[in-house]
Amino acid sequence: MNYHRFDCIIVGAGGAGMMAALESSRKVGTAVVSKLYPTRSHTGAAQGGIAAALSNLEDDSWENHAYDTIKGGDYLVDQTAAEILCKEAVDCIYELEHMGLPFDRTADGRISQRRFGGHTKPNPIYDPSATPGTDAAKPRIPVMRACHAADRTGHMILQTLYQQCIKQGVTFFDEFHMLDLIMVDGECRGIVAIEIATGQLHTFHAKSVLLATGGFGRMFKTSSNAYALTGDGPAIAYRHGLPLEDMEFYQFHPTGIYRLGILLSEACRGDGGVMFNGKGERFMDVYAPNLKDLASRDVCSRSIEQELRAGRGVNGKDYVYLDIRAETINKYKTSPTGSDVDSHWVEKRLPDIIDFARTYLGVDPIKEPMPIQPTAHYAMGGVPTDVHGRVLRDTSGEVVPGLYAAGESACVSVHGANRLGTNSLVDLIVFGRRSGKDMARYALDREFQPFPANPEAPTRMAIDSLLSRPRTEPWVKLRDEMQKTMMDDCGVYRTEERLTRARDTIAGLQVRYKNLGLQDKGTVFNTNLLEVLELGCLLDLSEATVASALARKESRGAHSREDFPNRDDTQFFGHSFATKHGDGQPTVTYKNVDVITLEKDGKTTTKYPLEIRKY
Amino acid sequence: MTTTDSVRNLTLKIKRYDPERDEKPHWEEYEVEVDGHDRVLDVIQKVKWYQDETLGLRRSCAHGVCGSDAMRINGINGLACKVLVKNLQSSLLTVEPILGLPVIKDLIVDMKPFFDHYKSVMPFLINDDPPPTTERLQSPAERARFDDSTKCILCACCTTACPPFWGDQKYVGPAAIVNAHRFIFDSRDRGAAERLDILNDAQGVWRCRTVFNCTSACPRDIKVTQAIQEVKRAMLTGDIGFDPST
Ligand SMILES: Cc1cc2nc3c(=O)[nH]c(=O)nc-3n(C[C@H](O)[C@H](O)[C@H](O)COP(=O)(O)OP(=O)(O)OC[C@H]3O[C@@H](n4cnc5c(N)ncnc54)[C@H](O)[C@@H]3O)c2cc1C
Ligand code: SF4
Ligand code: SF4
Ligand code: FES
Repeated sequence: MNYHRFDCIIVGAGGAGMMAALESSRKVGTAVVSKLYPTRSHTGAAQGGIAAALSNLEDDSWENHAYDTIKGGDYLVDQTAAEILCKEAVDCIYELEHMGLPFDRTADGRISQRRFGGHTKPNPIYDPSATPGTDAAKPRIPVMRACHAADRTGHMILQTLYQQCIKQGVTFFDEFHMLDLIMVDGECRGIVAIEIATGQLHTFHAKSVLLATGGFGRMFKTSSNAYALTGDGPAIAYRHGLPLEDMEFYQFHPTGIYRLGILLSEACRGDGGVMFNGKGERFMDVYAPNLKDLASRDVCSRSIEQELRAGRGVNGKDYVYLDIRAETINKYKTSPTGSDVDSHWVEKRLPDIIDFARTYLGVDPIKEPMPIQPTAHYAMGGVPTDVHGRVLRDTSGEVVPGLYAAGESACVSVHGANRLGTNSLVDLIVFGRRSGKDMARYALDREFQPFPANPEAPTRMAIDSLLSRPRTEPWVKLRDEMQKTMMDDCGVYRTEERLTRARDTIAGLQVRYKNLGLQDKGTVFNTNLLEVLELGCLLDLSEATVASALARKESRGAHSREDFPNRDDTQFFGHSFATKHGDGQPTVTYKNVDVITLEKDGKTTTKYPLEIRKY
Repeated sequence: MTTTDSVRNLTLKIKRYDPERDEKPHWEEYEVEVDGHDRVLDVIQKVKWYQDETLGLRRSCAHGVCGSDAMRINGINGLACKVLVKNLQSSLLTVEPILGLPVIKDLIVDMKPFFDHYKSVMPFLINDDPPPTTERLQSPAERARFDDSTKCILCACCTTACPPFWGDQKYVGPAAIVNAHRFIFDSRDRGAAERLDILNDAQGVWRCRTVFNCTSACPRDIKVTQAIQEVKRAMLTGDIGFDPST
């Protein structure tokens, strides 16, 4: 049998997985199992930047960053975790730089930083009595906090971490696809994976396992996510009866390339780009009078939807424009420094974005605006963890021994109901590092526990039956229906009626899924088999997402219920936990949000008081 | 916008090989309906999803940043997700696996030899000086010196377009040299001498005959041949533009 034994098994070789591997492999035997070659991971697609209050170009503080993160998440953020994120971010950026990451530089040789939506600092000239619309009337103003390497920051992070893994001699199982977790008496003892090139099953015996499998945007029709982002880690945990947290919060990024969903980074707007409707109006003036185009993503995506519904798309179609032409930036005085820019500057700041527009739209953004529409982008929810990456069994906060999660597949939760741009990359690094440390600590404290006999048997059965069943209908029909349903009925705006319909459609697809057969019966690189197994994961995650969205009868962050348009802190100030028990719909329960309180003059107050979220 | 919505038919010819069924590779043809937005990747996946599920290919990001889907498209190396069918002149589209690496199945080749060459040039920052408490300083000009080679996504389009590599797969190939260049000219790095030594080897840079295939194949527009020339020059002059001992 293909049996392997390592103290730590890391599933996923994106930013979160490799950061954890660099930590744990310093102390204990570690292997990374990844269905893609590490450098193919979607962390490499991240464009705009990674947040940390370095104050390289203007005064900033981790406290400002924490305030923005908590407000950006519409207060559904665990505040201790958010403070850890923002404090440790600074040191993590220096660590990445020391590893060789080629950040862009300021004139004096330090790491360059740019603005991003929702990242602010207090306005030094704020005057509450000032005339609305004037500079002094804004309580907070944008700040340059996103450290970047042109518009390929994620690419540089992924490359740098992989380079360091090579240097440190980390063991990789490339193109091994995890299919199951090995759980014994409520503890994790390893994983089952298929070697894609041969079709053979392998078992990995471990003391601690990290799920770092990334996002699952592929449950929606239009997405910025790679084909490989199918949420395998969270889905497999869910099948083992473990909860999924805050699944109803799925972020739609406002500026996806029309029809294709390819992302045009928020850095476009951070560097001064402006959105226009079909009438040539800068519509964010109306929806977010202070931060305008730099309001947070959920706000911008809803604004675009509103414009489209009101018939103000471009040429009567379902898109608006994103304009990054130097003359536009100068006309609206939106450049980061306030002074004029030229097209050469724009090309240097956003080379990849410009290349995408030229390649995929046939539009030269130096000369013309780009057609955009919201695209499914980021899962705030995922496998619940504590601040050491340890997976939680239920809303009580009890941990599952030996099981960890980090990165987009996890929910710490630092993003709450809506993530700020550049806060995911820093989440990968901060909590990837913490998970790796704690996994090593745990492994050093503990002997290998007995490995069950034939833990791969259920996986083998599932594969055998898929390969032997006759093909009743093409599997892609199910995928197409799922993606359409999730996009139309569980997208930017939701209602009871549409969510109920989505629930029933997904349940129907799950029944049909059980009868699927394949055309490819081979063992070598059977991507037909893998795509169908990935679809199974997406269907389970769709089920959990819709159930959590149905249960939350309020609007908060990225979850927008037209039938319950307001935030309801008396009933829904809590993290949803969707848990599956046997067949049928999951149950949804709630866990308290971690709120930091302060004692002053014998009175208890909250450090981050709940506010109505306005930009 | 210059995108066209017009739908047309296209013949897709794919070089197929399944080690469990075929003795040797053979061509198969498919008729596919395409529109002006379709990438070559979309066309191939239309076949895989709606006509023949047994077709094997790698892909992930679908917008030219992950490096998964390098293949020969109408005889020229490229990423299937970065070539739009509307830019292809003919109504026949042929795709086949990149050359010089063993074919595993259909469009999928064994990437291990490619990654082994990459790893052989020590593609990581070497600097044992204790780091400062904040970032190491680097001027914008020093940073710009190696910017081009940081763009590499390890797709292998260049190496598998290189005639000397086709002739002898022990040659490290242009991608590995680009990644050595990335560090040799980084003012923070101290490993240039070792890397130049490795590349001075019989399988190193001198294998390159400056045919420029690699540069035109690179989907990231990296000036591959120029990077190789710069490495050769550094080897001959010992000059990398800064003193790594300070
Ligand atoms: C286009 C785009 C731009 C973005 N830009 C930014 C930005 O500028 N700033 C920012 O902060 N965030 C950005 N984000 C978000 C951020 O990039 C992602 O959230 C983050 O990179 C996810 O990293 P990860 O390590 O969790 O997963 P990934 O990098 O997605 O890696 C997942 C890994 O899991 C492996 N895997 C998955 N399933 C299995 C399985 N079954 N078995 C084995 N291995 C498996 C894969 O092979 C892969 O190695 C962007 C996202 C997108 C899509
Ligand atoms: S320039 Fe050199 S490396 Fe590039 S293809 Fe030609 S021979 Fe190969
Ligand atoms: S240099 Fe260009 S063609 Fe070669 S591997 Fe890198 S990105 Fe691909
Ligand atoms: S699929 Fe990622 S480069 Fe083409």
